[in-house]
Amino acid sequence: MSSATVSAIQSRFPNAVKELIEFRGEETLIVDAASAHEILAFCRDELAFDYLTDISSLDNYETAPRWTMVYELYTLANGANHHLRIKYDVEEGEKATSVSDLWPTAIWHEREVYDMMGIEFVGLEDHRRILMWEGYPFFPLRKDFPLAGRPSEMPDVAFTDRAPLEGGPFVTSPTGASTVHREPRSRDME
Amino acid sequence: MAQENVLTPSSESAETQLQHAAYDSKVEGNIIFTQVDTAINWMRKNSLWPMPMGLACCAIELMGSASSRFDISRFGAEVMRFSPRQADVMIVAGTVTYKMALAVKRIWDQMPEPKWCIAMGACASSGGMYRSYAVLQGIDNLIPVDVYVSGCPPRPEALLEGLIKLQKKIEEEESALAHFQAKEKAV
Repeated sequence: MSSATVSAIQSRFPNAVKELIEFRGEETLIVDAASAHEILAFCRDELAFDYLTDISSLDNYETAPRWTMVYELYTLANGANHHLRIKYDVEEGEKATSVSDLWPTAIWHEREVYDMMGIEFVGLEDHRRILMWEGYPFFPLRKDFPLAGRPSEMPDVAFTDRAPLEGGPFVTSPTGASTVHREPRSRDME
Repeated sequence: MAQENVLTPSSESAETQLQHAAYDSKVEGNIIFTQVDTAINWMRKNSLWPMPMGLACCAIELMGSASSRFDISRFGAEVMRFSPRQADVMIVAGTVTYKMALAVKRIWDQMPEPKWCIAMGACASSGGMYRSYAVLQGIDNLIPVDVYVSGCPPRPEALLEGLIKLQKKIEEEESALAHFQAKEKAV
């Protein structure tokens, strides 16, 4: 069942699909950033992926490209129960492509990605914060943001301070370096 | 509480009754002698109107303590007021995020004196398990707390215990006059 969907994408975009990962019936397509929007539009219009379950992003800290966008697609029409994950990489400093013109729900997902990771989107006109408040200066889910937080001050709006983290929990980073470097007891970013 | 019950003499003569025309012994019965401070404290502690600052799961236990099984009205604190102007005690029940913190402070500032604060549960007392960039590490960083209730979330009995502790505290408060004199000195 699955390969029909995937082979349709592969035959339509032979150069844009970089890799297909299959794991226990789950399919993940790693595609080219430039044609990601085109592929996602094809998935919605031709392959009936009418439901965008989620958008998330990965921080490949200390490796390039820094960001990975992840799109979870699902078919509600005709009870097909198809699930497809599409990923593409975004270099640090570059913008991702908004799919809010394809699925309106993407506006909130992309605002959350912007709020937590600081990735901006071409085509998303609304880059307001969604969880933190307007004016908060950091992007807290980045790997170089300490779990304890950083002090910030917005008069009459909000302030933040560092939380006590003696001993600290494990903070892992997806880097090629050794385990000692990858999983320190606590990571002091200052 | 220093108070005395003085029964009116039943064999009161008609003359004395005439002299105390304003006092109706049949209706009013007993006279209680006490001090003004004690009377004020007694009234305050038995009619604490809470400002339910429900921010997380502790608010569910707060609702539980207001319902019939635990019945916070036994202690005169059942009148939950969502208007800070009418509230006496703020029960901070739940995780105070930095986004919410100044709103809590603002509502606290809107409550008229005298006012008290109960920090209900681990999050309101110390940040709890949220050692995180987003959570204020204890509401006592912003407003003065009278009673801390431990638990995650505390059982309704624990909240009632905290309320009784607060009543004990109010009972021993200094007189209203001294209270306002101290305020003036502080300002």
